[in-house]
Formats: sequence, structure tokens, C-alpha cells
Amino acid sequence: MSLDAAIVGPGNIGTDLMYKILDRSDDIDLQRMVGIFPVEESEGLQAAVEQGIDVGTEGIDSIKEHADEFDIVFEATSAGIHEQHAPVYEDLGLFAIDLTPAAIGPYTVPVVNLDEVIGDTQNINMVTCGGQATIPLVHAVNRVSNVEYAEMISHIASKSAGPGTRGNMDKFTQTTAAGLEEVGGADEGKAIITLNPAEPPIMMRNTVYTMVDENTDVDEVRDSVSRIEADVQTYVPGYEVTLEPTVKNQDDVAFDLGDSIILTTMIEVEGEGQHLPPYAGNLDIMTSAALGAAERIAQQPADASPIGGVSDD
Amino acid sequence: MTDSVRLVDMTLRDGMHAVDHQFTPEEMADVASALDAAEMDVVEVSHGDGMGGSSINYGFSAASTEEYLDAVAPELTDTELSVLMLPGIGTIEEIDMAIDHGADICRIATHVTEADVSEEHFEYVKDQGLEANGLLMLSHMAEPETVLEQAQLMESYGADAVYVMDSAGALLPSDVRDRVSLLTDELSIDVGFHAHNNLGLAIGNSLAALDSGAVTIDGCLRGLGAGSGNAQMEVLVGTLEKAGYDVNPDFFGTMDAAEDVLVPMISDDEMPELDNDSLLLGYAGVYSSFLRHTRRAGEKYDIDPREILIELGEMEVVGGQEDLITDVASRLASEKDAETAEAASDD
Repeated sequence: MSLDAAIVGPGNIGTDLMYKILDRSDDIDLQRMVGIFPVEESEGLQAAVEQGIDVGTEGIDSIKEHADEFDIVFEATSAGIHEQHAPVYEDLGLFAIDLTPAAIGPYTVPVVNLDEVIGDTQNINMVTCGGQATIPLVHAVNRVSNVEYAEMISHIASKSAGPGTRGNMDKFTQTTAAGLEEVGGADEGKAIITLNPAEPPIMMRNTVYTMVDENTDVDEVRDSVSRIEADVQTYVPGYEVTLEPTVKNQDDVAFDLGDSIILTTMIEVEGEGQHLPPYAGNLDIMTSAALGAAERIAQQPADASPIGGVSDD
Repeated sequence: MTDSVRLVDMTLRDGMHAVDHQFTPEEMADVASALDAAEMDVVEVSHGDGMGGSSINYGFSAASTEEYLDAVAPELTDTELSVLMLPGIGTIEEIDMAIDHGADICRIATHVTEADVSEEHFEYVKDQGLEANGLLMLSHMAEPETVLEQAQLMESYGADAVYVMDSAGALLPSDVRDRVSLLTDELSIDVGFHAHNNLGLAIGNSLAALDSGAVTIDGCLRGLGAGSGNAQMEVLVGTLEKAGYDVNPDFFGTMDAAEDVLVPMISDDEMPELDNDSLLLGYAGVYSSFLRHTRRAGEKYDIDPREILIELGEMEVVGGQEDLITDVASRLASEKDAETAEAASDD
């Protein structure tokens, strides 16, 4: 079935998501873009008008007024605002896909756990950009050999890190680390982020280290990583493994590895360049993952669908 | 009037890079005790990459920050205890822990153009009543005006002092003067300087910084530290005394801390020297702590570390991007293999 959607928050993320839905989604019909400023003061709402999408300028009140138009809402505001909006969506029977760090609903990475989480909730959270990029890889290793410890480093072009990221570095690293554990399956997770101001801006790149038993079948891990890469590419076309899992053993490090080895995997994410520049893969992967999640929900058989449960009564 | 200088000994923090973060808490306690006896102004203790730096990417440390602080804090009487954190690597949780374990000063470091990632951390440190210092890393990568603009951000967040960090040891004395004098002219807070010796300029640049108005200087006993090491602390004490500055630490006491306490703990392989690889750090403008990681990658992929460092310099990598060393080394190795194969097929 196809789903009717609204985007709340017409900033960079919301606008990029709008273009993605319009460009390539058969299953999601975007009905409305909602902000809190008059159209003439909002570039995102102007872009929506140009695309023939209805707009709302009264924030959550616009959603309440038109609630019967939608099945799902994409929240592209901020964590604090989503905390206020979430109960309203719930009352209105709207399924919420949360792109903020609020994490009221469970962390969701489409290729890893979407099917598991949607049975029980009307609100899913998209973790962080770095989480969307690296959790699939940790999961791919973990399904072959238990990941004792996972560590990710995200390198982001300074130009693509907005005030939301810059003012909340701790939130990024803590949320991502929790996602490596809860969704990726690592016993322990750590996340690091660096901003690089080089010109021209660098593509978003990520390194994932996983610590596994020394007897792990590395070829099997490489095969698993290659399969998850293809799965992620179904909704993030610019997702590419640039270094397939490569072994570091005791000789390669200065600390004691015990009976473990380290597998290093690197990926790059090139954005599709609809609204945001291609180097902003960090923003692209969030909107792509949110759309990927929505499409998977739309493709659920009616009896398994989380949509329309409450409001149809 | 004699200008007084505050000296920050980072043997137990930047010096951690030289020993791959493997100091034991007992070793730290011994060094701290000797520095306290020598009346050092400040001792800094953390993983080389700051609290939270213990990781695969930067190397796990032999003990936790908590264990290090618990070993060092009881050894200090008048010497103040500093910790380092880099937003993106450490978090407020680590700052909180350090406060509980005796830290007096929290130094918060960002890349020279990215100061605005540190606002939440400065606010927290100031709320807790600690001294907060801001460190602008890889200051050679930005023009003096940009360094000033970023330092002003840190001042606005509540920093009590801002440091020009020559993290790659790439600044010339004139570059140091340009940056430090602009900051001392325009800021109402103290200005500090942090040298690496990759171009053989650590002491000279520290003198240039003081001459330009800096009032606080970083160093390590015997010049331990990332790359070819930092400004050598006992040399700083002697040189600054000779230059007429008022320094607190005792000259002989600092020398004894270096020679009798630190040196026996350090192997030949660990003691930094201004060798070819570390010279390349300063020349190519690469973060000094990349040195030992680059050597390991060079060995694994059979590539001259200097080639890796030049490539990293051209990529304008910043602090924290140590994982890219493997990326570059493996790429250079496969390019080399391709060339070898081509040469063979030409025969």
C-alpha cells in the first residue's frame, strides 16, 4: 500500500527528504510540509510550494488540523521539539519517523532491525548519521562472529555539520555508541566524530573496528559485509565499502589483544546531491534511511502493518 | 617588573603518545611526585588523545583515566592537576569523573577552525567551578585572523585561557609571533603556547610566544611527547630563568625529575628524537601523534613512513583521523604493487 506523509521541519534535512520522496518513492505520497515561519521566511516551505506540495506554517497545529491526510510523519525538527510533538502524533494515530536525536522510539536501522521494531511501536528513531552508516557493518560482522567491542570513527566535512551537530557532540557519540550495542549487537560500543575543514570538502567517511575471536572466518565476514553493503545501497545509493574487513593482530597494535583480532572496515557515503551537496553524505544517509524505513513499512502486508491502528477506531 | 610564566608539564599526557599510552598508574605517581617536589605549576594527566581517547584508533591505555587520576592526585601538594578532553572523542561524562577524582583544570581542545564544538563542554566546566582552558590544535593550518576568531569563541564560552597549539610542530618563530601577538592584543584572557620539536624549534618558538605576550607554556620532561616530542621542560626552566622570566619550578628539581625518574621508565624505542620521520611531520604539517601509528602501518604495508606522511599532509588530515593512516598506507601499497606489475609486464 502507499502511505501519505507529512514532513515537520522544513530545514536542510526536511527539504532534502522532500526531494528524495518526490524523486524516487513510489510508496510514499508527500501531502504536506510543515514549519513555524511564514512561507516567505522559509526556503524549505518555498521549495515545497514550488513542487506543488501543500504547506503548513503553524507547526504542530497544522498537523492537528490536517491529521486525516496522513499516515506517517517525518520529524526533522530537533530533539526538544520532537519530545513535545511525539505524544500528539500518538494521540492522532500517526506513525512517527524521528530524524532527531530524541530517541523516544527504538533505534532503527532499516537493514538491521526495522521488521523487529515496527510491531510494537508507533515511533521509530533513526539513531545518528554515523549510526546509519556503521551499525549495518557491525551487524554484518556480528552475524558471523560475536563482536566483543565495536568502535566507529566518522569523518564529516566541516561545511556539512550544522549547529545542531556542533552544539551536541556528546549526544552524537553517546547515541551512536548505544546504537552499536543495541542494534549492531556489539557487547561494547564506542563512537568518535571528527570534523575536517579541508577544501574541497571531504566525503563522509567512516571507519569501523570490530574486535572478534582470533578464529573468526574472515572470508565469511567479508562476504557478510559485502551482502549488507548491497542491502544498504537499495536505499542509500552512494554507500560504498572502500576497505573490506582487514585483519589487525597483536603485531599491529601496541596494546594487549588477548585472543582477539581487530577487523577494520571503511566506508564512504556520497550524497545524491538533490538538495545538499554530494559531500554531505552524513545528511543524505539520514534522509535516505528515513525514507527507506517508510518504504519498508509501506511494503508490509496489511496484517503486519503498524499503520492506522489507533485512528481507524 | 619580571614577567612570570606558568609552566604546564604534560609528560603524563602528551608524553603518553611516546609510550603508546602504556604508563602504569605507579609510574605516573612517581613522575607526578617528582614534579610536585620540583614545584611544577601544573601537571596534566590523560590519555594522549585526552579523556575517552583509549580506543583501537588511538591505542588503549594501560589503565583508565580514573586509575591514573587516583594515582596522581594524592602526590600533588601545590601543583595543580589538569586533564584534557577533545569534543568528539571524550564527553562531559569524563569531565564529571575527572572532577570527582581531583582535577583542578580542564583543558578542552578542538581543531583550530572548529571551536564551536566545545561550547557545551566549556559551559559545563565553568558551571562546576573549574578553570577551563581552550586549545586550538594544528594552529599552522589557519591564518592568524582565523585563530583569533576561534579563540574569541572559546573566550565567549568562558575559557580562562586559550592556547595556540603547534600540534604538527610546523610553525616558524615568525608564525608563532603573528598568532600569539594577535591573540594577546585582542583577548582579555591569558594566552598560552604548545610546541612540538619537529623542526627543531620547540624552545625557540616557546621563547617567541613569551616574547609576543604568552604567559603560559606547555612542555614535557626530557621532551617526551608526540612526534619528536614537546618543548623539553627542564630546558624551558633553565632557558626562561636565563632569559629573565620568573618561573616557579626549581631548575635542578625539574632536571632530576627528568633524568632520575622519567628516563629509567622509557625505552630507546620510545624516547622521541628528531629523526627523519618526525622531521617530516613538521615539514608536511601532520599531527604529531600520527608518528608511531604511521611507522606501524609503514612496516605492515612495506611503505616508507615519509611517503605516508607527505600524502596525509596533502589530504589536510586533522587530529583524530588516525584511521586514515591505514587507508593511505594500503592505497600506496596497492599503487606500488600495480607499478611493479606494470614494470614486470614491460620486460
